[in-house]
Amino acid sequence: MTIQHDIILENVSFSYEDTPVLKDVNLAVARGDFASIVGPNGGGKTSLLKLILGSVRPDKGNVRVLGNSPEGARFNVGYMPQYVMVDLQFPVTVMDVVLMGRLGRDTGGRYSKKDRDIAKRALEEVNLSNIVNNSFSALSGGQRQRVLIARALSCEPSILLLDEPMANVDPAAEEALFGILRELNKRMTILLVTHDIGFVSQIVKSVICVNRKVVAHPTTEINGAVIKEIYGGDIRMIRHDQRCSEEGHSHG
Amino acid sequence: MADFFAALLDPDNTFLRLALLVSTFASISFGIIGSYVISRRISYLAGAIAHCVFGGIGAGLYLQKKVGIEWFDPMYGAIISALLAAVIIGAVSIYAGQREDTVIGALWAIGMASGLLFIDITPGYFDITSYLFGDILLISHTDLWLVICLDIVVVSLSYYFYNKLLAICFDDEFANLRGINSGLYYILLLCLTALTVVLLVRVVGIVLVIALLTIPAAVAGQFAKRLWQMMILAIIFCMLFTWSGLAVSYSLSLSSGPTIIVIAGIVYITVLIVRRIFKKA
Repeated sequence: MTIQHDIILENVSFSYEDTPVLKDVNLAVARGDFASIVGPNGGGKTSLLKLILGSVRPDKGNVRVLGNSPEGARFNVGYMPQYVMVDLQFPVTVMDVVLMGRLGRDTGGRYSKKDRDIAKRALEEVNLSNIVNNSFSALSGGQRQRVLIARALSCEPSILLLDEPMANVDPAAEEALFGILRELNKRMTILLVTHDIGFVSQIVKSVICVNRKVVAHPTTEINGAVIKEIYGGDIRMIRHDQRCSEEGHSHG
Repeated sequence: MADFFAALLDPDNTFLRLALLVSTFASISFGIIGSYVISRRISYLAGAIAHCVFGGIGAGLYLQKKVGIEWFDPMYGAIISALLAAVIIGAVSIYAGQREDTVIGALWAIGMASGLLFIDITPGYFDITSYLFGDILLISHTDLWLVICLDIVVVSLSYYFYNKLLAICFDDEFANLRGINSGLYYILLLCLTALTVVLLVRVVGIVLVIALLTIPAAVAGQFAKRLWQMMILAIIFCMLFTWSGLAVSYSLSLSSGPTIIVIAGIVYITVLIVRRIFKKA
């Protein structure tokens, strides 16, 4: 049986205001993959996500998402932006935010009962059904991230893209987030950006290293040489056999 | 205060009744648009639009008095320049990137300067302060109808596009990915802001109008959990500020615009301080 690829990039180059960001990128992400995109700041991680989302176009090369153009596949892709992109003073409730994932399906400007049901289900999936009407600004960091994931889920996606979902989240909330993502991965392809290589831990199936060029590895292949090649210098590697539980965790 | 109510009922005092009616109806648009402006954090843009209005007023006066186009009220000049400024500033804000604040600051000053130059080359004497700080004696019945028409436009557009405008103000990148042309809605929002600003220029003037747009919404934002709640509260606060400002200014023979703004400002700062104390406690 051949592997089905949800995301394919062929010879893609992209520059931002005349600065080359990505060069000759070839990448294929298999259906059902759980890939972590890692690399130094400014290395092109977010650009890679934006190319897949179709919010920027490549200078050359071809991006296919679910066998379609990124714009054409848009409604099947759920996106969670970086935490810092969201205004925390904004007067919205959790439900208001999650419903935004239902926008644009129909031409009308109002939400239907069905939209609300889908949004409620998305909140159940991230275990937030109890705070539907809470103010978004009053939530903890981890809860906000889960609301933004629920917003992505209410798009009913088959691919989920997350930009630094673990930023500003305490370790316990991080563990909960990973539990949710592991569950979601059973029915959708997940790509997440992180600059914390520690995440390349238990549940991630493959790692996409981005620093102008892009190299994908199954998680088992990751070692010091690979990391050094991508980050371009000597960095200290700490092995995390991360298995946090309420009883505490051990670093092996 | 009793003399204010007596004056309101006095048949000779049409200007005061008109001022009160215009302020009341304008509060509806101000509360709604002000809430969008505050949550999208574009009060600086709204300020620039307001100052560009002065250029339009100057051009309107020039066309009316010098060129001889009698029907061309400076108000029309104000509306045209406000819309033009909204589109230009919207485009700048979308495309200028890092240089946005510099470009908008320049437009702000050009708007004011061109207004003064037009007034220079227009024969006759014009009391500039009445445009800058408002003069309720200038309010006409036409203004009242304009404000009511604007209310209808603002209320219906913001009801119909509420969810889309909310999403764009909250996170325009995500809204774009949902297939919404966020740039277009952003410019629509700025155009509505422009029209709203023009309509209260008569009451509080160009310089102060921005405060009346943002302060009621900012006070409302301290209490509201959702955007529509913020809008309703902002409308109520805006009415209270303008009513009390008109009453106080009439009783004490003060300028109405600055009185309204000082009352609004004091309430805002008091609310901020009280909230801070209660949060600490």
